Amino acid sequence: MLDDFFIRALVAGIGIAFVAGPLGCFVVWRRLSYFGDTLAHSALLGVTIAYSLEFNIAASIFLISSVIALILIQLQKKTNLPSDALLGLLAHSSLAVGLVVIGFLTFIRFDIMGLLFGDILAVSKKDLVTIWVGGSLILLVLKLIWRPLFASTVNYELAQAEGLKPDRAKAVFTILLAAIIAISIKLVGVLLITGMLIIPTAMARNLSDNPQKMVFFSIIGGLLSVLIGLFSSLEFNTPSGPSIITAALILFILSLFKIKQSIKLKN
Amino acid sequence: MSTENNILVRLKDAGIKQNDKWLVKGVSLEINKGKIVTLIGPNGSGKSTTAKIALGIYKEFDGIVEKFTNKIGYVPQKISIDWTLPLRVADFMILTDNLASRDINEALKLTGVDHLIDKSLGNLSGGEFQRVLLARAISRKPDLLVLDEPVQGVDFSGEIALYQLIKKISEKLNCGILLISHDLHTVMSATDHVVCLNGHVCCSGSPIDVAKDKEYKALFGEQASQTLSIYEHKHDHIHPNDGDIKKD
Repeated sequence: MLDDFFIRALVAGIGIAFVAGPLGCFVVWRRLSYFGDTLAHSALLGVTIAYSLEFNIAASIFLISSVIALILIQLQKKTNLPSDALLGLLAHSSLAVGLVVIGFLTFIRFDIMGLLFGDILAVSKKDLVTIWVGGSLILLVLKLIWRPLFASTVNYELAQAEGLKPDRAKAVFTILLAAIIAISIKLVGVLLITGMLIIPTAMARNLSDNPQKMVFFSIIGGLLSVLIGLFSSLEFNTPSGPSIITAALILFILSLFKIKQSIKLKN
Repeated sequence: MSTENNILVRLKDAGIKQNDKWLVKGVSLEINKGKIVTLIGPNGSGKSTTAKIALGIYKEFDGIVEKFTNKIGYVPQKISIDWTLPLRVADFMILTDNLASRDINEALKLTGVDHLIDKSLGNLSGGEFQRVLLARAISRKPDLLVLDEPVQGVDFSGEIALYQLIKKISEKLNCGILLISHDLHTVMSATDHVVCLNGHVCCSGSPIDVAKDKEYKALFGEQASQTLSIYEHKHDHIHPNDGDIKKD
């Protein structure tokens, strides 16, 4: 069954949707969407390093993204530049350096479009193992740090005062973010991973009045986006990443009508 | 009176410096089980900062802070909840601890907001939100309660009721309370020990001692001192001095 590329893509996408939902909620709540983008952009550099050193792609992306996150923290401490400028600096320079390095690696044939926007044909059986094992680990760790992370998202001082160690939770969360980027790059692509994290979550926000519901609906939204996106990618021969994100956008737009309804009900 | 194992938190010569300016300096105080310590002082005198030092919110500070409990309930002075996060009162109550729904309901009932449990936090009024904050802090039955202006925005009759509740909680749970307030009149009636701050400790002691203190009069004016005196007449017993504080 897994010999069919489309089934592989589906299994990969479903795995990613399960992880992207809960992580995406925290990205939205903690206002980290541009931070996620920066990590994702740096992933391209990770891919080139993996190819030139013949190293595991997911592991290499994970390492580079983590390094970029560390550099960001250092720059925030040592410069007077605002965070969004630093994020832009890191995002675009790591993307640029990644593309320049690809230019030098003429002995390897790169599918740049595939790297940037995802490739439905690229998911191997080994990738499925990475996604499902890696994804389960990410969810397990997220469950372990859920309370301190969530409490400090609501109010840092409360969490710190009542003994929850919010700084540690934040650091672990950054690593989880790097990890999901590493496992989802093949299917969704460098430029659109953040969309996978935040668009189903944004849709879920429109439908939820409590955090558990929002996590639940963002997983549902992600699953629907993957299914609709991949089927239309197959049907219309479009790249997989943009197809999934477009499906997510349509779901988001539909969720706006639900808000209108509930406002009417209130009046 | 205070034996070693009754102490919950002890600050020795604690202070914090930001951009070469002392926010607060040389604060020594201790909070014991079942006792209420109140911090008073003008705006910017370092009351909230002192509370945050005691809570361990600052990573770098001067002096020594010894904490003998981890079961703490905190009502911050300012809290802004981001509305990208959908949060009901029920979700907020279990923010830092798993609680049985019976405990949650009981705490909300005590502060008079149990009917709001399914409401979104964003739809509460200032006073309602304050009552929820207090309920959340007491619901985990903490050893130490730190209350930074816990009744701000609460209506007048509610204010008195909440102060009575705070007093009752300290007796019932035998927990120590660090209270910050502007409302001298009400606060003093429930306090065991007062610390008057103005960037440093101006004076401290029992409410009666502090009211007589020259520095206190200079800071709050003659009238504030009289407020306390009036209170003193209403009172039917005398607070003993804790003994570890300098006297006039």
